This record gives sequence, structure tokens and C-alpha cells, in this order.
Amino acid sequence: MSETPDNDIILSVKDLVKRYKGSEQPVLNGVSVDVRRGETVVVLGPSGCGKSTLLRCIVGLEDIQGGEVVLNGKVISGSARTSALRQRIGMVFQSYDLFPNKTVLGNVTLAPLVVQGREKEEVNAQAEQLLQRVGLWDKRDVYPSTLSGGQKQRIAIVRALMTNPEVMLFDEVTAALDPEMVHEVLQVILELSDQGMTMVIVTHEMGFARAIADQVVLLDGGGVVECSHDPESFFEMPSTQRAKDFLGTFEFRREKRAECT
Amino acid sequence: MDWSFIQKFAPYYVLAAQVTVSISFWGIVLSLVIGLVCSMITELKVPVARQIVAAYIELSRGTPLLVQLFFLYFGFPKLGITLSAETCAIVGLAFLGGSYMSEAFRGGIEAVGPTQTESCRVLGMTWGQTMRHVVIPQALSTALPGVVANVIFLVKESSVVSGIALADLMYLTKDLIGLYYNTTESLLMLVVAYTLILLPISIVGTILERRFDYARR
Repeated sequence: MSETPDNDIILSVKDLVKRYKGSEQPVLNGVSVDVRRGETVVVLGPSGCGKSTLLRCIVGLEDIQGGEVVLNGKVISGSARTSALRQRIGMVFQSYDLFPNKTVLGNVTLAPLVVQGREKEEVNAQAEQLLQRVGLWDKRDVYPSTLSGGQKQRIAIVRALMTNPEVMLFDEVTAALDPEMVHEVLQVILELSDQGMTMVIVTHEMGFARAIADQVVLLDGGGVVECSHDPESFFEMPSTQRAKDFLGTFEFRREKRAECT
Repeated sequence: MDWSFIQKFAPYYVLAAQVTVSISFWGIVLSLVIGLVCSMITELKVPVARQIVAAYIELSRGTPLLVQLFFLYFGFPKLGITLSAETCAIVGLAFLGGSYMSEAFRGGIEAVGPTQTESCRVLGMTWGQTMRHVVIPQALSTALPGVVANVIFLVKESSVVSGIALADLMYLTKDLIGLYYNTTESLLMLVVAYTLILLPISIVGTILERRFDYARR
């Protein structure tokens, strides 16, 4: 490598190519993203542009046809992916997929106990601390079916945090929520960001994206259309026409709402 | 109604009920094991074994238990394998029940969404850990009503073993009717005996279904 490695880069996606079986056109065609320690990267783009696929490739739920994913200087994509590596990247899904057969406490302590083999007391103490933080410690003994969407999603975030990952991925975590529950979940993510957690977030909440992003990546047509480390200027004056068009679709909605009132 | 007849032969019904319960119990235990293994093979899409399981399920569900028992009891000795009537009954029930249990389990496993296993993978869980802690508990919960129905079905189906001269409830009843012509009394005791066996199973089944109904708790 000719360039000097940036020690601050914790997660790096290099020339990632992902093609789904039976499809000619790759979903991701040479996507590269660098994530620095403590940074929050927001991935934007129209539906079907491969935002979720990108996260799924990073975390190893999809096999990739080209490129690599590097965590702390080590290639983790392909056959290099092990259980130990998986625990270092946490992921929260849109549909909050808590385990219905386990209580809230059972959900969040399962991986630390079973996968990491940690002591029960220590795990419970961590669970208490994290559940307190999201305001759900008093719900520790109930089953997920009795919780609201916003509560489930906050617990899903705690569950992902329990293995002490170095990077957290959020895949449209508020898309399935009722509007009034969106805020409580985004607030938790904002706090995580403030505490220095490294995060990659796929979202359609433009206001939230703008508030939290250190870096904005706009995906479209299988590639990175625009990548900016200055989110303010990206949202105010995007440099590409594609980005202008994309952000324009959100502008239009705002104007219409103004007319109604 | 001849109450003295009932009084006289009730102890025989207790003995015959023990035969029914015993062969049903072992047949059901084996069919649960067979069903679990077959559903795993189907779920994992194990090559060759999967085709064998598919053929077994069609054969087992597509032939009457009496035919299967005749095959075991009268057919196998011709091949040099002689099994006792009890063994034939248990093997026959397990052969029949295995396919029904397998289908119930498969339905349960398929009802667990792919996002559940993906969540496990992201948490670093192995396939075995995922199965043990997440998929199987949920699959059992979904499969439970079907499994309970199969258990009841197999206990009732065990009456067919009277066809290979095993002294179960049905055999005793036919015998008593043939010997004494006390049809009403014999059939009454038969019905009471089956009800006494099946009612507790049904009640326990309902309790278990409620206990493991994660979705509606």
C-alpha cells in the first residue's frame, strides 16, 4: 500500500461488490466507505439503492462478490468471518427481532452468557446499567410481546450493545415505528453517539440524519454518489445534481405541509 | 345394564389399559424422536437423507396402521425377523407417528422467521446455540397444538393393535362381547377407559399450550 494507513479508521469497506443470485446488475458495485473511531456515518439513498445490503455485507449476513470489509486493519469479510469477529460489530434491524421466548433480561443477556461465556453477575450488572439508561429496567422480567415498538427497539439496541461491539450498525431502526415512538429510539442513538460510539446508520429521518451525522454517504445506482464529512453543507448545498434531487424529494413534502396549515 | 358384569370385569380393563398406555407411551416417545430427527433433516436440506425422509413420510402417512402392523407381525418373520406383538405395536405406532410429528415440528420450525436466526448470527451465536436457545423453543411453541393432537391420535390409533392379538382395551372388549354378549357394558367400560386415559393428556396439553404461547403472553 502506498498511502499511509489512517490509524483512526476503525471500519473500512473497500470496493464492495454485491450481486444477488439470479440478477445481472449488482446491488453494490464498488462501494467504498471509511469509518473513523467515534464517528457517526449516515447512509442515505432512495429505496432499493442497497443501503441495507451494505450493512448486511459489513456484518456478514450476505456473501460478497468483490472487495473487502476491514475492521481494525484486519479483513473480516469472506471466510475470515468468525463468531468472535461478529461480536465486535453490533447490528439493530428495522423489525426489532427480539426473541419472543425470552424475557427482556433473557434477550439482552443471551449472547454475553452463551457466546462470550461471561459471568452471570457481571452480565446482569451490565444489563441493569444499560436497561436503566434506556429507561426499561423495570420491564426486565416481561416478554417482548407486551412491549410497544419503541420499547422493543430500545431493548434491541441494548441487546446489540451487550457484547461490547466496537461498531454499531442501525438499519432503518425507526421505519416500522409509530411516529410518536421514533423520538425515544433516536434519542438513545444520539446519546450513544455523544458517548463516542462508532456508528453506521441507515435512515430516512432527514432531521435526525442532519443532527447526528459526522459523515454523510449518499448511495444510488450501486455506488457512492456523494460522500461528505461536512453534513451541514451537504444538506444545504449538495455538490452533485443527484444529491440535490434526492434531498429535493424531502423538500417538496415540507412545502406541501406548509400549504396545508 | 348388568352392574355385576362391570364389577367383575373392571379389573381386566385396568390391565388392558396398562397395555394401551404402555405401547402408546413408547410409540409416542419414539415418534417424537423420529419426528425431531426427520424435521431437522428436512430443515437442513441434508442431501439423500432428505429424500429418504420425504419417501418415509409419504409411505408412513399413506398406509393404514393395520397394514403396517400386519407387515411387521406377519411379513417380517418371513424375512427371518420375528418381533413380539408388543414390539410390533410400538414400532408400528412410532413408524406412523414419526411422520405426523415430523410435519408438526417442520411447521413450527418454518414459522420461526429468518430474521430471528439473522439476529442470532449477528450476535455471534453458532448454529447449535441458535437452534437450542431461539429456534427450537419457538418452534415447539408453534408445533405444540399439533403435537398434542398427534399424541391423542396415536393413543386412539393404538386400538388397532388388537388386530395382532395384543390384549389392549379394544382386544379385551371384542373378547368379552364374543364370550358373554354383554355389548353395552363392555363398550361402556371401553369408552370410559379411553376417556380416562385421554382426558388428562388433553388437559395437560392445554396447560402446556398456554404456558408456551410466547406470542400472546
